[in-house]
Amino acid sequence: MDIHALQQIVHQTRDARRKQTIAKFSPADRDQLIRKYHPDWRASAYRPIRFGPNEGDKTVVELATLLEGDSSLDDSADLTPHHTTDVLVIGGGGAGCAAALHAHGAGAKTILATKLRLGDSNSVMAQGGMQVSVAPEDSPVTHFIDTLKGGHMHNDHDLLKVMVEEGPSIAKWLIELGVLFDRQADGNLHVKKGGGSSKPRLLTCSDYTGLEIMRVLKDEVINQKIQLLEFCAAVELLSDEDGRCTGAVLKDLDNQQHVIVAAKSVILATGGIGRLHIQGFPTSNHYGATGDGLCLSYRMGAKLDHIDTFQYHPSGAVYPEQLIGALVTEGIRSEGGQLVNAKGERFVNELDTRDVVSSSIIRECEEGRGIRTMSGRVGVWLDTPLLDAEHGPGTVERHFPAMMLQFERFGIDISKDPVLIYPTLHYQNGGVKIDTNSETNVRNLFVAGEASGGLHGRNRLMGNSLLDLMVFGKRSGLTAASRTGSITQGKLTLQHLERFRTEAKKHGNVSGVISPMILPAYTRKAG
Amino acid sequence: MNQEDINVIDQPEVLKPRMVTIDISGKKYEVPEGVTVIKAMWYAGQEVVRGVGCLGGFCGACATYYRTKDDPKVRTCLACQTAVQDGMSFTMMPPFPARKALYDIQKLQDPKQDLFNLYPEAPLCRNCNACTEACPQKIDVREGVWKAVFGDFQSVSEMFMDCVMCGLCTPVCIADIAPNLVALYVSRAQGVHFTAKPARLDTRIKEITDGRFNDEWRKILAMNEKELAEYCATVK
Ligand SMILES: Cc1cc2nc3c(=O)[nH]c(=O)nc-3n(C[C@H](O)[C@H](O)[C@H](O)COP(=O)(O)OP(=O)(O)OC[C@H]3O[C@@H](n4cnc5c(N)ncnc54)[C@H](O)[C@@H]3O)c2cc1C
Ligand code: SF4
Ligand code: SF4
Ligand code: FES
Repeated sequence: MDIHALQQIVHQTRDARRKQTIAKFSPADRDQLIRKYHPDWRASAYRPIRFGPNEGDKTVVELATLLEGDSSLDDSADLTPHHTTDVLVIGGGGAGCAAALHAHGAGAKTILATKLRLGDSNSVMAQGGMQVSVAPEDSPVTHFIDTLKGGHMHNDHDLLKVMVEEGPSIAKWLIELGVLFDRQADGNLHVKKGGGSSKPRLLTCSDYTGLEIMRVLKDEVINQKIQLLEFCAAVELLSDEDGRCTGAVLKDLDNQQHVIVAAKSVILATGGIGRLHIQGFPTSNHYGATGDGLCLSYRMGAKLDHIDTFQYHPSGAVYPEQLIGALVTEGIRSEGGQLVNAKGERFVNELDTRDVVSSSIIRECEEGRGIRTMSGRVGVWLDTPLLDAEHGPGTVERHFPAMMLQFERFGIDISKDPVLIYPTLHYQNGGVKIDTNSETNVRNLFVAGEASGGLHGRNRLMGNSLLDLMVFGKRSGLTAASRTGSITQGKLTLQHLERFRTEAKKHGNVSGVISPMILPAYTRKAG
Repeated sequence: MNQEDINVIDQPEVLKPRMVTIDISGKKYEVPEGVTVIKAMWYAGQEVVRGVGCLGGFCGACATYYRTKDDPKVRTCLACQTAVQDGMSFTMMPPFPARKALYDIQKLQDPKQDLFNLYPEAPLCRNCNACTEACPQKIDVREGVWKAVFGDFQSVSEMFMDCVMCGLCTPVCIADIAPNLVALYVSRAQGVHFTAKPARLDTRIKEITDGRFNDEWRKILAMNEKELAEYCATVK
């Protein structure tokens, strides 16, 4: 059927739905729904990791294979350093920039190496906002409780407390650098309510929050003359005879040569994993989101946490084909956008946590109440025109200019017609286990941002990631910088790799792939 | 027909994928109609490293020049956000060596005047409008440059909120202005020097350092798992 004919049901039922309220699920119903429909519970997609620090723990097959993968380096690799520095930051997203700026600001010689250009990352795409408890009726404690609930009580309390308490001062830091958060008429920060939060707490910059933060941080990194190594992907870490981290091997993607960096400490800020397309899901993530940091730290002996749980953002576009996986921001639902199945019915409280909303969309689709596309995708409607109906014409355009433009390029006016959505692989809830200074169990190896784990428990609350990046980027940078005076540069060896390979042999060898992946293989092979 | 068969969107492009001929940097390839410019390059067997970033229309890595069949005008686009059509020819924009001024944004004394020291070329705009025409985000770039020069920093910061820093407005400028870099400076200056300080944020920071929430923290952190879960259930 013509798409417009199928959309009629959404237009026809709009007025009736406007008056309807849908209660959130009770904890028991919510658990049952998630166990039945959430991709994290699809047992066949999982297997135990055969060896290494997380031996026996289950994770998705795609990740297990990479973690058990071999390094591209052989024992005889030349490790003479091309650069020597106090702090090496790997990854040029939000966490990496925050880490580099703080390390540099504290007086440490800092190098920032990143796989693509500075800022080409997930961070630029964050639209929904950043959670900081600034409203008078809100508090860091409430922020803590909301996050715990969202994370199914599995969050690391120490990490979480640090994050919510440092939120306001990190917001101040960003404002002092020139980040233009939306304001109220009285000059105070405007806060929006996000899914799973009991109080309005989202700081936003229109629907370009991540982009605005990143434009400013990138500019500041350049102004501070922090040494940049762009198109340099980390392919291995380096360790001394005691297993401490002492640097990294990068690969220059322009000429395929190795760049050896000796560093007193290394901060991995390599972000997420969406481009592994776990369970065949499309993804909202950037080109370089291939979980490199997990593989690199795992071989060094760092323990991973919660790597069996991923976030599937409820609203990834499934139509048109060109936008498959692209994110339709949560903000639409925060402002009252409703989810509607093929029969014109709502089926979930749109502001429930992401795992609940995603599971319910999957349920609708599996039970035949979805709308299918000819390329074999399925989805439900997100009633975007409802926002204009509720808050006056022009609301969608004013509040979501980025999204309007994105669909407009394909001839779709989302202020007039609903969009078809289905969950998309969005965020890695877990990652490398860290302490409150962002350090792993490997000395002088820090991990910050999405690559780290523990803070978000089994489901990250919207808007908490941007805050996580800034807070733990800062802490890693400051801690690493504070050590530069007291430690000397350790030897550059691949002894951790020897240990890893020996261990692999005992367990029937490495998986046969080379990791980290660096970039997904999208180029079509000849034929 | 049952319910499920009815709920299928017609997509001619999927039903009968049509191959189109496009021209990538001077070579012809057959690719499926309607895929994005980046996907067309992958389909054509090209490795793309420089030129891909977020794949979501936000990072500006994929700035591209293109021309459609029989149209003399060379246009610009973000390759991850644009569908190919028959007869289209395109090439990605190489990195352009625009000059970015270095500054300490917090220490500026007179940001509106400093603009002329940092970017002396900004007032030399010759109104050709090429920058506006080149902008894939539909920003009125030329207007923005003038507003910057006239000191209307607030308007500039609002107009350029959509700027993905693709740099497409820069090589076209006959006055050697990099409008996006000018706007970035202006927006940051607007934030640092001309925007009200959010008083309530300072209050909250002080509350935290003064330990206003300490009792509540103690109560919560002393709870066992069950108590905490029960407490959480009461917060709505
Ligand atoms: C579309 C989208 C919308 C989102 N919206 C929000 C939101 O509204 N609010 C919120 O709080 N969170 C949001 N998130 C989540 C949040 O943006 C990310 O979790 C966060 O940006 C991750 O930041 P990061 O610095 O850890 O990683 P990234 O920003 O992804 O940066 C990682 C960097 O490391 C580089 N890198 C990777 N591997 C290597 C390697 N081997 N060597 C060198 N460099 C490497 C990458 O190229 C990249 O530059 C969103 C995410 C997406 C994808
Ligand atoms: S203003 Fe310039 S850099 Fe910004 S989006 Fe437009 S063309 Fe790109
Ligand atoms: S391209 Fe340069 S000269 Fe032309 S309008 Fe834009 S800023 Fe002015
Ligand atoms: S790849 Fe980021 S805008 Fe196209």
